[in-house]
Amino acid sequence: MPNVRVVNVTKKYGNVYALDNVSLTIHDKEYFSLLGPSGCGKTTLLRLIAGLIEHDSGEIYIGDRRVDQDPPEDREVGFVFQTFALFPHMTAWDNVLYGPKVKNYDSKQSETIGHEVLELVKLSERLDAYPSELSGGMMQRIAVARALAAGGKILLLDEPLGQLDAKVRNEIRYEIRRMAKDLKLTAIHVTHDQAEAMSISDRIAVMKKGKIIQIGTPKELYMHPNSIFVAHFIGESNFLEGYITKIKGKYATVELRQGLTVKALNEREIKQEERVVLAIRPETCEMKIGYITAENALQGKIDKTTFEGTIIRYEIRLENGDRFVINRPSLTEDWVEIGQEVTITYPLDKAHLFPYPENGLTNETSV
Amino acid sequence: MLSKILNILNYLSSKKTIKYALYFFAIIIFFALILVPPIIGILTKTGSLENIFENPELMDTALGAISASFIIGLVVSALDLIAGLPLAWLIARGKSKWLSVLDTLADIPFVVPTAALGYSLLLFWSSSGGISDLFGHPFVSPGWLLVMLLHFTFSFPVVVRVIVGALMDYKMEYERASRTLGSPPLTAARTVTLPIIKPSLIAAFTLAFARSLSETGATFIVAAGVFLNGPVFIQTVSNQFNSGAISQASYEGATVFASLILIVVSLILFALIRVIGQKMKLPFGHGLASLEKKLSYKKAVLSRNGVALGVFLLIVLVPSLFVALPAFQALATGTTFIDVFTGSGVWASYWQSLFLSYGLAAVVTVLGILLGLPMAILIARKTFGKIVSGVLDTLINIPIIVPSIALGISLKFFWSNISGLPEFILLVFAHLAITYPYFVRSMSAAMERITIDMEEASKTLGAKPFTVFKSIVWPITKYSVLSGAIIVFTRSVSETGATLAVATELQTAPVLIVNWVNSVRTGLSTIVGVNELTVGLACGLLILFSFIILLILRLLTKKGNV
Ligand SMILES: Nc1ncnc2c1ncn2[C@@H]1O[C@H](COP(=O)(O)OP(=O)(O)OP(=O)(O)O)[C@@H](O)[C@H]1O
Ligand SMILES: [Mg+2]
Repeated sequence: MPNVRVVNVTKKYGNVYALDNVSLTIHDKEYFSLLGPSGCGKTTLLRLIAGLIEHDSGEIYIGDRRVDQDPPEDREVGFVFQTFALFPHMTAWDNVLYGPKVKNYDSKQSETIGHEVLELVKLSERLDAYPSELSGGMMQRIAVARALAAGGKILLLDEPLGQLDAKVRNEIRYEIRRMAKDLKLTAIHVTHDQAEAMSISDRIAVMKKGKIIQIGTPKELYMHPNSIFVAHFIGESNFLEGYITKIKGKYATVELRQGLTVKALNEREIKQEERVVLAIRPETCEMKIGYITAENALQGKIDKTTFEGTIIRYEIRLENGDRFVINRPSLTEDWVEIGQEVTITYPLDKAHLFPYPENGLTNETSV
Repeated sequence: MLSKILNILNYLSSKKTIKYALYFFAIIIFFALILVPPIIGILTKTGSLENIFENPELMDTALGAISASFIIGLVVSALDLIAGLPLAWLIARGKSKWLSVLDTLADIPFVVPTAALGYSLLLFWSSSGGISDLFGHPFVSPGWLLVMLLHFTFSFPVVVRVIVGALMDYKMEYERASRTLGSPPLTAARTVTLPIIKPSLIAAFTLAFARSLSETGATFIVAAGVFLNGPVFIQTVSNQFNSGAISQASYEGATVFASLILIVVSLILFALIRVIGQKMKLPFGHGLASLEKKLSYKKAVLSRNGVALGVFLLIVLVPSLFVALPAFQALATGTTFIDVFTGSGVWASYWQSLFLSYGLAAVVTVLGILLGLPMAILIARKTFGKIVSGVLDTLINIPIIVPSIALGISLKFFWSNISGLPEFILLVFAHLAITYPYFVRSMSAAMERITIDMEEASKTLGAKPFTVFKSIVWPITKYSVLSGAIIVFTRSVSETGATLAVATELQTAPVLIVNWVNSVRTGLSTIVGVNELTVGLACGLLILFSFIILLILRLLTKKGNV
């Protein structure tokens, strides 16, 4: 069955490692996303799987078959390009039928396939139009339909929604997932939009600079990021620098700058005296007016508020000068004024400790 | 001082009236100097057609020659496409760094003036010392086959150049999409890449066809009196008239008849190629895919590249440069060497003709840029609307399409109405008419690549039109100006047909070479002091100078201080 296995694959462009010894298994019928900042090697990995570029070393398997020496037309993968790459000299309909035709299906068979996939993408009009005459959303549907019609069991999508406006994008992303599931396809979806990846994927691989940093379900990545980078890239995090002064069971006491001390879960069992970074998500925090002392509490003054529709975002200057952001629902709570003294509390188990990165914090979180 | 001039230019350029005056001037010059004279010229002489209708024998010869022109042109252009496509593919897609050398080599037959090329081919294919030595008799005798080889040789680089350009601009994504949908490489090329670059394929075919129809000097050399095509026929009749073999009436009748048919038929054919080309679709070809799959992989690709390279080296490159051999031999004999550089004997006229050729080319290039630039802007920017631009764009091409000897004949008739016009001016007009379209086309294509946005952005930042031109348009297009100028220059140096037609006193370098070759080969009009060695050396030197000039121009572009 078509699971996809990538084993120790490396690809260099000149001195740049576009992919650095990447290994990855995508299960049969899984909806899988490759997520990462621009230039991290997502497209390169996808194109290697499709056979559009050649790798320097490593192996790629589709099912039990090793395919890395096979030309793309023998790999039976459908590919949806970021720019769609609809053939400009063919009508929408001819674009869709291209795959069946080059595979020598007779014309009746081809047309049946064509109608089926067009029904799937919910498109029945303007099929005799040329790509230049279609809207972005329609081009996208035709591009997906064309890839599906070729009949591959693996669907590769390179930022398939990148060219669409926000509203259409949100609609179409669920449709693509539904189609892949209905047709029992294995789908690999490349995106740099974490919200998109989180909302449609069974599992996600987060990439950075040619390497895979973490693979997991959206929930795992969000709840248990394995690195500062993932904590930063998936959702949002506050990062506070300090070092461990005491360890008691699963928990550690951390001294922040200027002697401020707090407690946090020490999943990674970092040793006493080590420098650490404490990561806390803005939406896990509670906020109380006035100064209250507690083991896992931070005090500060509201510096800035931003109304973002459903949430309101507070930027707080802590006592030690560090900045901290928290998000609160905007409708169900009273808004807090700028200058107000507040206490922030957070659930101990949702504050993560990471070893302080060798190259510094800003370097780690920059993309 | 400079800023003052800039201010004045800015002031002038922001005046609408001045801007439009400049554009109108460009249009008027185009019509008055380039488009109308050849048309009127030939029309004023239609009266002399009677003379040829009274001479059916001559008319048959003319018609035979003209059809030979068109047949050879079509066959050669088709062969060019077939052979040029794999080579262009290799150059554009290959990964070896030797390909850039190949790319440069492919330009060589383009810079070599065709008259020298013709002699080189003659030596290679049919003289002792060439490959004929292997067979003990001329491998290819002068005649239609040699003419075909010649035309293939000089039009091939044009086709390769155009297709390489198109493949470079082409978005690979389409081909990749096709591959993931199940096409082997050849199927992807046939069903996606080639249809998308079809306009360039048509353009390449058209250019090759036009070059083949126009070429006179080299064809005259390799036809060697045993074969006639349109231009050679006209030239032969002119020679006969000059030597008193036929009457003025027959001469005028025959040349007007042949020119008129050449002009009219080529215009119709080009219009047809355009229309049919646009409509023509490659068949999807059910079932071809599995055959193409076999032909797509390593061994097949290797042998395809081998054949493409072989054709290029053996049929195009080596024959083009073969003339260098006798040139070296000539240099080895010391006395010839001294003669050459002291300019004694026939070499005096050689240097004179070279001087004339390069001087003429320089004048024509400068004029071409000055007159062509506003026209290019006009076409690219659609200043007077889409329709006017479209019409101008089509009209511009006419001088390329019309066989140059016919154009020359017609121009001669037109300007002979104004007596006392120096022959040099006549040559300038003729060369300008023939080269102008090349410059305008390469320039307007470059202008179209600058988006209006860029210009408008510059304007919103407070730039006046002339400053916009100086700071935005010029830096981006200067290389196109230069490459346009190179084409104009080399075309002018190489031009034989129209030159033969308009000039009787002045001899440009290619005309001189044609005359020298005739003297050596046919003994028709022997020139004392000219022998195989001198001709070889003359051709070799001409090629050498063309190279040096090309090299200088390339260096200039590299440095960017145009
Ligand atoms: N053809 C190429 N030549 C040279 N370098 C390349 C080429 N293609 C990609 N790279 C480099 O490889 C790295 C990975 O590129 P890739 O296109 O895979 O990134 P990406 O994750 O898809 O980014 P984006 O989100 O911007 O599309 C980048 O550093 C890029 O500059
Ligand atoms: Mg990408």
